[in-house]
Parts: sequence; structure tokens; C-alpha cells
Amino acid sequence: MTTFQPPVIDWAALTPVLVIVGAGVLGVLVAAFAPAARRRSIQVVVALLAPLAALGAVAWRWSEVVGGGESTFVAGQLAEDGFGLAAQMILLVIALVGFAVLASRLPGGEDAFTPQGASAPGSAYEEAARKAGLEQTEVYPLALFSLAGMLVFTMANDLLVLFVALEVLSLPLYVLTALARRRRVLSQEAALKYFLLGAFSSAIFLFGVALLFGYSASLTYADIGTAATASVGMDGMAVVGLLMVLTGLLFKVGAVPFHAWVPDVYQGAPTPVTGFMAAATKTAAFAAIARLLYVAAPGFAWDVEPALWVVAIASMLVGTVLAIVQTDIKRTLAYSSVAHAGFALVAIVSLPEGGPDALLFYLLAYSFATVGAFAVVTLVRERDDAGNVTGEATHLSQWAGLGRRSPVLAAAMALFLLSFAGIPLTAGFLGKFTAFVAAADGGAWPLVAVAVLASIAAAFFYVRVIVLMFFTRPEESDEPQRQRAQAVAPGALTRVALVVCAAGTLVLGVWPTPVLDLLAQAARFVV
Amino acid sequence: MSSLPWITILIAVPLVAALVLWLVPGLHRFARPVGLAVSLVTLGGAVAMATGFDPSRAGEQQLTQTVGWIPSIGASYAVGLNGLGLVMVLLALALVPIVLAADWHAVPDASEADRRATDRRRATFVALVLALASLMVAVFAARDVFLFYVVFEVMLIPVYFLVGMFGGANRRSAAVKFLVYSLAGGLIMLVGVVMLYLQGPGGPQGFLIDNLAGVVSDPTTERWLFVAFFVAFAVKAPMWPVHTWLPDTTAQATPGTSTLLVGVLDKVGTFGMLALCLPLFPGAARWAAPAIVVLALISIVYGALVAIGQQDMMRFIAFTSISHFGFIVLGIFVGSEVAMTGAMFYMLAHGLSIAGLFLLAGYLAERGGSRRIDAYGGWQRVTPVLAGLFLVSGMASVALPGLSGFIGEYLVLVGSFASSIPAAAVATLGVVLAALYFLLVYQRVFTGQPRAEIAQARADGALRDLGARERWSLVPVVVAMVVLGVLPGPVLDLLTPLAQVLALGGAQ
Repeated sequence: MTTFQPPVIDWAALTPVLVIVGAGVLGVLVAAFAPAARRRSIQVVVALLAPLAALGAVAWRWSEVVGGGESTFVAGQLAEDGFGLAAQMILLVIALVGFAVLASRLPGGEDAFTPQGASAPGSAYEEAARKAGLEQTEVYPLALFSLAGMLVFTMANDLLVLFVALEVLSLPLYVLTALARRRRVLSQEAALKYFLLGAFSSAIFLFGVALLFGYSASLTYADIGTAATASVGMDGMAVVGLLMVLTGLLFKVGAVPFHAWVPDVYQGAPTPVTGFMAAATKTAAFAAIARLLYVAAPGFAWDVEPALWVVAIASMLVGTVLAIVQTDIKRTLAYSSVAHAGFALVAIVSLPEGGPDALLFYLLAYSFATVGAFAVVTLVRERDDAGNVTGEATHLSQWAGLGRRSPVLAAAMALFLLSFAGIPLTAGFLGKFTAFVAAADGGAWPLVAVAVLASIAAAFFYVRVIVLMFFTRPEESDEPQRQRAQAVAPGALTRVALVVCAAGTLVLGVWPTPVLDLLAQAARFVV
Repeated sequence: MSSLPWITILIAVPLVAALVLWLVPGLHRFARPVGLAVSLVTLGGAVAMATGFDPSRAGEQQLTQTVGWIPSIGASYAVGLNGLGLVMVLLALALVPIVLAADWHAVPDASEADRRATDRRRATFVALVLALASLMVAVFAARDVFLFYVVFEVMLIPVYFLVGMFGGANRRSAAVKFLVYSLAGGLIMLVGVVMLYLQGPGGPQGFLIDNLAGVVSDPTTERWLFVAFFVAFAVKAPMWPVHTWLPDTTAQATPGTSTLLVGVLDKVGTFGMLALCLPLFPGAARWAAPAIVVLALISIVYGALVAIGQQDMMRFIAFTSISHFGFIVLGIFVGSEVAMTGAMFYMLAHGLSIAGLFLLAGYLAERGGSRRIDAYGGWQRVTPVLAGLFLVSGMASVALPGLSGFIGEYLVLVGSFASSIPAAAVATLGVVLAALYFLLVYQRVFTGQPRAEIAQARADGALRDLGARERWSLVPVVVAMVVLGVLPGPVLDLLTPLAQVLALGGAQ
């Protein structure tokens, strides 16, 4: 009979996660006990300081760990290594800018969220809550909890931990998706779809975990990796299990054929949530995929690679083609994010040596552009007859002539779109370039060729939005009966977020050397 | 004096000026004079730089500067100029002030209420042209494949905005067509860039052209790489059958934009063939030369024939350019040192004649209110100076002896006869067609009797010949055409050493 031995927990390594979880708990307490008048301001301060503090903690761990101090702890279930810390750093930067947009309010004082999530859309109760000036300040702790799940995602070295982190990051996002202030039915429908499909993918994920446990008698990556090299038969079960686990993760990044939720959820969710979710979820899930592939799955590379090739190619093509035919800016960006999931996958499919840092750089570039682009969307509004600012103007034709009315905002949007399209001197180009070099180095030439073809087609719809903003007079718009969009002045927080995203996009495009060097140090996995 | 980083200065000055002009609202009112002054200063700088250039070593890169840029992917900021690069930089920077002066009214005057919006649009126009000037210097000076690729692609963005914001009624589809075509070519080249780097020595300077020359040993790989680069340059140049974006774009763009686009940017295509394709993949270039010569001959004849049938002046000029680019490509790939020298000279001469034709056609369209050829007739009597300058530019373009176009075309033909008589025969057909298409258009637009209301407007003074700004914008162009036609020696001395190094099937 074996005696129970408590696992060693390296609390220091968990500091970043603990800071965020602690801030989340604090946020819950604030929502319950602080006076209503001051609730929001306290929440915003907590939500912005926590990622900053966690960023400090990550920097501290970085100096301790990178260059030899990598370790696994809690009986090998969590890993602390350069790759995980770099991914956490990216996540925290996204969180900082994302939360800044999340916390912004229009000049009239309304935020992006419904005043009372429990009220039925269009009911008298909702109207009363609006009149009373209620605010759903629980969004801040929810976002923090989701962030905590993402941070654990990047260090998870064990399938069960990965599953728990997956749920921790997902559940708050389901709730946040449902809380849009306007078009509430659309928002709730999106949340329900996200939840149901998410639950389904979680079940597939768990099934895969069970199969892998059956194969290797362990849940940690290291053991699965060892079993793959030493095993006698049963490889089929392991490959099926691995593919099912990957299905759960690819669902989160929105890769084809697991992308069905993406357009609806991106469109229905409150736009600041969309921006944060699109950038952060993708980063976290890709970090998890990379760790799984590089640590647990090299023994199955031959079996898993073809499936990933198909997913990458399908994501690039389907995402691009469907983005071209969209008429709603949020849905266009949603399908473009599907295509970008494919591009990012190109970097790691053939497990090249330079894959992880190319992937992280790609995700960082994509995240700046994504958070920035959705932040611009929050500012482009319709107006009612009395001239009051109302909902977001998301129909593309409404963006006609925006460049003439708000040149700086439109220029920022154009910058983000050019980065998506991968035009040189933006971060997106170097992201694509490093990903292509990594893939080509690993021998995945056909994948690079498809990626280039998809890039050409994708450029078309990014360019089309620029055409609308800058080259079209409003009276030339295809649908003149539609109300045209007016940009509202951004609040201080959104302004800062936009400046950071635009500067990040430019600096990473022109002078990426420091970041690339940092990532080059980081691209090691502890086994 | 030669210790100054001239090239970097020439890249930085217009770029900084463009940013300042665009970002500082207080300067918007003075954007045009400030922009003109900056472009003249830059041109002065380029001339000063040229005095430090040693013509006896024109085949080598001079004024070089190499700084690490992104060491981890092998990219350096490496610039330098050989004879051809110097000539192209001078051409580009000379055309910028001319274009700014010619497109002075690209944004029409507006009422007092819209003054600020108009000023802002004018500032945007000037800023985009200056940014383009900076990028043109960079692309002709790049000695690093990655840097070249980056500038090659970024250059599209200012042109895209210039066409899309300031062009005619169909500017939107023209701008998109231009951008998507060029990006498609560029991304195919990107595959080549990645592949080339992986073949090369790697390391922090793995993209330097010097380090990459001759590294590809496997002929199959070399051919693939050559094709990837060549397709991008052929789209840019543009050659048949990837030329269709050019007429559509020039038909919509302002005359100044078209001048820069066809006069300089498209030369980046032929420049890339000379500066990248030949030194990096000499074997594959020899392998592909026969096919390329055929494509070039098709371009020559097809461009000339289609030009005859055009109704729009800008489309007409665009198709004549396709024919002329055919000559340039023929000269590069026909395998003769003389023809290659001629092709390089042709690049300069064509930049001048195209500037004359586009700008004069633009002036004419401002007066006649149409770009259609059949809307005119007898304008020789209405605007004699304009007609005379148009005739000189056109004659330079179709290679009348004594004007700039003749030298390049003659050398290309002489070189071609030496290496391939059938190719030279077909090309000569292009020369005959050129005289035909130009004289036909001149006849339809300028000779005969002007329509009564036009003559009346002329008599009333409502319709004037070229004003001072318009005349002075063209005087340098026409003077250069004559000087180069009579005294081509100094320029040829700059180009010949390079042709000796690069010529296919030559001494190598």
C-alpha cells in the first residue's frame, strides 16, 4: 500500500496566476459589498492593476527561469519555462489593452454592457434598470477569471489541468458574451451557441483525455511522450485520443472545421469582449497546442501532421473565402480570425525548431491588430434622429467616407488592416514571414504555398474596407438608405489602448529585434 | 563630404517631411510649397551625392552603408548605388518636384467653408508623393534582399492611396486592381525570398545580395527561385500577359501619379531583373531567356497594336509603355552586352518621355474636359506650345534620332541583331508600329480644324495655352530629352560597366 505524498507546489512559479485569481476574487467582493456609486471605478482600477502586477511577476520569473531554471512542479502537472512565460507575457499585454477598451464608456456615460444581465431584453425591468443607471460590474472579475484560466493554459503540462483551465477560461467568456447592451437577443443567442458548442467540444476533449490515459496510464505530457517512444501497439488509440484533445483546442482557436461558432459569437458579443476574446483565447489555446505537440506528441508526428495540414489549409481557405462575402465588419473580422488561425498553425504543423517563437510572434502581432481593430469598431456609431449616439455601425457600407470625417481613427484602422493583410513594416508581415520561414525550414512547402495564395485573396477584403473608408464618398455608398457611421471621440482608456496597439503594430514591424531576441531565448519547453 | 550617409539622408528627408506635413495641421495650408521645396532640396542632395560617385567604378556598389536591422532573421539595412542605381535615383528625385508642380491642382479649389478639408487633402497628397520619393530611393539602393522586398511591397501603399483618393470616377476599382495584382506578384516573390534565405548561408547578414550570389547550386531550385522573383517583376514591369492593371490604373490616376507609377515604379520591375534575377540566378536566367525574349516580343507588338486602337489618352500612353517595357526586357535577356546597356539607358529615357506624355495629356484634359482622343482635333492652333511639347515628347518616346529614346532603342536593336536576328526583326516591327500609333494620335488630337466653340473660347481668352507653372514643369524634361539624345556619353559610361558584369552568355 502506497502512502499519499503531497506534491511539491512551487508557489513562486504560480505568482502571476495567483495575482490574477486574487484580483478576480477581490472583484467579486467589490461587486457584492462596495457602494454602487464607487463600484465601477474600484473594479476598473483592480482590473487594470492586476495584469500590470502580474506582468511584473512574470518578468521576475523570467529572470529566474530563462536560461536554465526551467522546471515542472506539482508532480509534473505544471511547467514553468520560457515558452510559457513568454505566452503569459503576451496574454497580460493583451489583457491590459483589452481591459482598457472593456472599461471605456461613451461620452454619454454608457458602457458596452447591459445594465442588468438578468432582465429580459426589451422588458420594463430592463428599462427601469437602465434608468436607474445600474451597471453590471461583474464583467471585470469575470474577465479576470478567464485570464487566470488562460495563464494556466500556457503552463499546463497535464491533460487534466489543461481541461480545468479550459473550463475556467471558457465559462466566464460564455457569460460575457451574453451581456451586450444593444442587440441583446443576438448577444444571448451567441452566448448559447458558444456554450453549447463549447460544451460539446469539451466532451470530445475529455474523451480524448480518457483514451490517452488508457494508452499511457498517465495524464502528464512527459509520460505520454515517453510512452509513445516505448510503446507496444495501441498507437491507434493514442492517435485518436490526441486528435480528440486537439479538436477541443482547435475549437478554441476557431480553426476549420471547428469554426462554426466564431462569426456568430464575434458578432453577438459586446465588441470589447470580442476583441479581448479573439486575441487572448487564440493566444492561450495556441500556446497549449504548441506545448502538447512539442512535448507530448513528437512520437505521433507522422500520424497527427496530416490532420493538422488539413485543418490549417481549410482554415486559411474557408476563412478567407467567407470573409470576402461578409457585409458586417465584425463578421468580416471573425472570418479573418479563422484564416489567421490557419496561418498561425502553419508555423508549428511540421514541428520545426523555430516554430514556437514564430508562433508567439505571430500571435502578438495578430493580437495588437485585433484588439485595436475591435476598439475602433466600438467607436464607430450610428446616431438617431435627435443626434444621440446609438449602437455600433457594423454594416460595412456605413463605413463609407469615414476617412474624411475621422482621418486619424480611420488611419489607425487602416494600419491594423494592413497588418492583418501582412504588408511589410507592420507587425503582421514579420509574423507571416517568420511563420513561413519556420514552416519552410520544417519542409512544409505546400503549406507555405497555400498560405501565400490565401494571403493574396485575404488582402482583397482588408483592402476593401480601406477603399470604403478612404476612397468612397458617403453618397457613393452602395446602400444610401443606410445611416452612415459617425465616429465618437474615444475615452482616455480607449485612446491609450489604441495608441498602444498602433505603436505595437508599427514598432514590431519596423524594429522587432528586441522582441524576436526575447522570444528566441524563450522558445524552449521543459519536458 | 563623401563620408556623409547620403543615401540614408535621401531616404530620411522626404519621409520625415511627409510625416510632419501629414501630422501637423498648421502646415496643411502650406503643404504644396513646402513639399515642392523639400523635393527640390532632396534633388539637390542627390546631385551633390552624384558628385561623390566615382564613374570609373560604376559597376560596383558605392556610397555603401551596412547596419544590422533584424539580425535574428538575417536582414540588414544595407544600401549602396552602382551606376544604374544612381541614374534611377536621379530620375526618380527629378520627377518628384515636376509631379508636385504639375499636380498642383490635383485637389480642386473649394469654397471657403471647405478650405480646411481641402488643405488637409492637399497635404495628404503631397505627403504621399514625398513618402513615395523616399521609398523610391530606398528600393534602388537596397543591397539586401529582405530590405528590397519590404520596400518593394510598401511602395504599393502610397500609390494605392494616391490612385484611390485622388483619381477619377472609377478610382476605387482601379486602386484595388492595382494593389491586388501587385500584392499577388509580391507574395509569390515572398516564397522565393524565404526559399532563397534557407538556401543561403544564414546568419545575421544572410540576406545580403553579396552573400547570396551563387549560393544556389541545384539547377531546379535555382529555376523555381528565378520564376518566383521574375513573376513579381513581370507584374511590376508590366509584361504581357500580366499587364492588364496598368491601363486601368493610369486611366483613373492623376497625371502626376501615372508619371511616377510608369516612369519610376514600373522600372523597379526591370531594375529587379537586373539587380536580383541576373546576379542571384545566372544559370536560370540563361535557361529562361528564350521564353522571356518571346514574352518581351509579344509585349512589344501587342502593346503597340492595342495602343493604336485606344480611345482614352491615358490608356493609350499606358499601352505604348507596355510596348516600351518589352524593349527593355528584350535588351536585358537577349544576351548581348550592348543591348543590356541600351535597356538600362532606355529605362531612363522612357521615364522622361512618359513624364512628358502623361503630364501634357493631363494638361490637355484639363482644358478639353475629356481624356478621350476623339473629343479633340485641331488643338495645334488652340494650344501651340502644348502641341509642340507633346510632339517632342512623343518623338522621344518613339525614338526619333537626336532625342533620348533613340539611343536606348538603337542599342537594344543593334545588340539583338548580333545575338538573334528573328527577335530583332520582330522588335523592329515594333519600331514601325510606334511611329504609326503616335502620329495617328497626334494627327487626331492636334491637326485639322478645331471645333467652333473651342476656337471661340480660344479667341475669348477662356482657353489658354500652357501657363508658366505648366511650362516650367516640362522644360527640364524636354531639355533632358534633347541633351541625352545628343550627348548620351556620360550616362552610358555609368551603365556600360554593369552590363559587362551582368550580360548573359558574356565573358562569365
